[in-house]
Amino acid sequence: MNKLTWLALVSLAPAIGADAPVIIQNATILTVTNGTVRGSILLQNGKIAAIGERVTAPEGATVIDGAGKYVMPGIIDCHSHIMADAINEGAVSVSSMVAMTDVLNPEDIAIYRALAGGVTTANILHGSANPIGGKTLVMKLRWGRNAEEMKFAGAMPGIKFALGENPKRRGNAPGGGGAPPNPANLRYPATRMGVEDVIREAFTQAKAYQASWEDYRAKTTRGELAIPPARDLKLEPLVEVLEGKRLVHAHCYRQDEILMLLHAADEFGFKIRTLQHALEAYKVAKEIADRGTGVSTFADWWDYKMEAEDAIPYNAAILTRKGVVVSINSDDPELIRHLDKEAAKAVRYGGLSETEALSLITINPAKQLLIDKQVGSLEVGKDADVLLYDGHPLSNFSKVLKVWIDGREYFDRDQDLAGRPQKQSEKKDLVDKAAAEQRPARQTP
Amino acid sequence: MRRTVCRLALLAMAVNGMRAQAPGRYLLRDARIVRVSGPVLERGSVVIRNGLIEAVGANLTPPPGAWVIDCNGLTVYPGLIDALSTWGLPSQSGAGGRNGASPAAGPEDRPLTVSWVKAADQIAPSERAIQTARDGGYTTAVVFPRGNIFSGQGAVINMAGERAGQMVVADSVGQFLTLRTSGGRGYPASLLGSIAYVRQIYLDAEHYKTAKAIYEKHQEGLPRPAYDRALEGVLDSSLVLLPAETAIEIERMTALASELKLKAVLYGGHEAWRETELLQQSHTPVLVSLKYPERARDADPALDEPVRVLRLRENAPAAPGALAKAGVPFAFYSDGVNNPRDLMRAVKKAIDAGLAPADAIRALTLTPAEIYGIGKRIGSIDPGKIANLVVTDGDLFNPETKIKYTFVDGNKFEPLPEEPPARPGRGPSR
Repeated sequence: MNKLTWLALVSLAPAIGADAPVIIQNATILTVTNGTVRGSILLQNGKIAAIGERVTAPEGATVIDGAGKYVMPGIIDCHSHIMADAINEGAVSVSSMVAMTDVLNPEDIAIYRALAGGVTTANILHGSANPIGGKTLVMKLRWGRNAEEMKFAGAMPGIKFALGENPKRRGNAPGGGGAPPNPANLRYPATRMGVEDVIREAFTQAKAYQASWEDYRAKTTRGELAIPPARDLKLEPLVEVLEGKRLVHAHCYRQDEILMLLHAADEFGFKIRTLQHALEAYKVAKEIADRGTGVSTFADWWDYKMEAEDAIPYNAAILTRKGVVVSINSDDPELIRHLDKEAAKAVRYGGLSETEALSLITINPAKQLLIDKQVGSLEVGKDADVLLYDGHPLSNFSKVLKVWIDGREYFDRDQDLAGRPQKQSEKKDLVDKAAAEQRPARQTP
Repeated sequence: MRRTVCRLALLAMAVNGMRAQAPGRYLLRDARIVRVSGPVLERGSVVIRNGLIEAVGANLTPPPGAWVIDCNGLTVYPGLIDALSTWGLPSQSGAGGRNGASPAAGPEDRPLTVSWVKAADQIAPSERAIQTARDGGYTTAVVFPRGNIFSGQGAVINMAGERAGQMVVADSVGQFLTLRTSGGRGYPASLLGSIAYVRQIYLDAEHYKTAKAIYEKHQEGLPRPAYDRALEGVLDSSLVLLPAETAIEIERMTALASELKLKAVLYGGHEAWRETELLQQSHTPVLVSLKYPERARDADPALDEPVRVLRLRENAPAAPGALAKAGVPFAFYSDGVNNPRDLMRAVKKAIDAGLAPADAIRALTLTPAEIYGIGKRIGSIDPGKIANLVVTDGDLFNPETKIKYTFVDGNKFEPLPEEPPARPGRGPSR
């Protein structure tokens, strides 16, 4: 990016902290990491400035009466495909050259709907069409901003892997159910063995690529003449994985494929940061916990395909008890709107405490994405990504009233409801005008 | 019999689209001259000789042997330029890259790439579109091969000529890119893959250049870089045309261009009014399509469309005016609309939405010439420039205006009379 464009983008981005401070008083504050506080929380300069029974409101602060209301940290979805104009590059079995950052759509209405459900951060993943998928990134749902301004500054980039039925489903559309064949992925592999082979082959190539650069650098330092290796966008991200500079998020279901991947990663010397879905992870919890690998799963989705047959709603609770960092994800533009209720299911199934349940959608996904220093709980100094609820967030009857990201308000339920008639009339005007313009042309025989 | 021959000859002339009359010297006298490069001359003359504009001004004397054309009451404009076109290329253009080959397994197979193909080598002088364009005041089109990710190199061609080679003003002015997919025939199968492919190609081209330069100097003891025509074609194209209709696409493509250090021109541009600041600061010119987005005529009347789509349609004609205001260079292109009257109607829509008429004319003449680096040769009425002119009996954007003459390379053409519009209820319906 040239300097001018960059400067332009920076100058377009609102200075963080330009907003007036916000103080929510008399509320029940669920910090997630430091218990529950009945009192006030102050959002200032984009950060959480104070939490306590008594907090003095600075001059000019917007004061919100939180009596009877609940405050919690913004929800983090560790597995989402919203705000993207394309999801899968399924024509090749290794598509690590592609990047979600290239196809971001900051105007996807699903962003706003997710925001209305309390989600403030999402891990935007490539699909699961191939064993090694595309590069991924973490976004904040700063609705109304452009793609660049929505990126989570400082979050480590990731890459999507996929095991099991989807990557081996040769020629069939993901989703199954007899969907028409998808000619875009008529390619190897056709079995779970093949999936493993593709991953091993790719990392073997990545190591050779890494070595070719080391060889070139060694030659040039010795003063020998050499032509540099050609940059390979497919292998570069895999080298980053080997060097610990890129997180692996691996879609998987069955315990056998989970073990396969963990062992292959051990052998090649890299880490699996999260297992995504991993509905049978409870069977191999110890192996997962031993490696510090996280699991990002569904609350109770079950039996929607062969490999999801052995799913149990106790997965999150069992893994938590075994010391695995667990999150509940959406993988879906509808489910992303009620992740709070999904987390609540872990209280019913497995008996997690309320705080543990809330952790599944806040601090745990933050840990999995290595952004827990910035977000995931209500702590002084962390980003002011904050939700205001009209009741306890784990209750089916509670609604998100307001959402702040970096101390700036991005959603207000009352405003949304009040603004609807105006939006409808704007739309009607546009429709009527377009119809009027088209009418004369229609009269031609 | 003789009369029949005569008629046949006339018919042949008509079919050929008014063969050029005696080439050479003309004096267009007492015309209103819209020079574009400078203020309008309310009453002046233009001298044409040897295919070039020799002089512009008041009280010019005709060169010996010149045809003097009384232009009293007429207006002379520079010939119009279609900034991104297929006029003059064979209607059935089939450079399909890997058509017939096995599906591409990755970027290394160079899918959907014919970057080495030159439009200048494909011109069909007998294409009907050339005459239609010329009769409508277009003297020049910037034509590009289409249909692939790296579709090939464009040429600036004049809308008249006996042989293809004579029509070419510039033979390689840029590379036309799309972000299409393979349509189920291998990589790339998505927008993700197409963009990644473009990025890999430019990295490969950079490496190719470096490797060739090193090898050139040290031919002994180094492995020989493999010849790659796809990369040769890319390296031959200093200007790159990238697709960008919506604001998001404009942001995406300007970011890609600056990352890859490409000298880019965006085409589409219907939502450019939202991105004028970015375009201005990144010095990115825009080719604005004269085919505005509209609801499909056979669309389901009950179809509920999002406000975003409705707004895009509503505001598209305002994009040119916004670009002009922000000082972003922009030019108009036909985008499949081949009737010049329809094109002028579309420009008029932009004028009604806030574009100054003088800026509209510039976007049809000098600006496209400048974007493609030939502003010294065409696009305005100045001595020394190629004599591409259009002479009208009124304002270009007035639907009543008729085109009297078109000059292409100094050759005079008179448009055929337009077919009378079909009366309602009669004749074939569309």
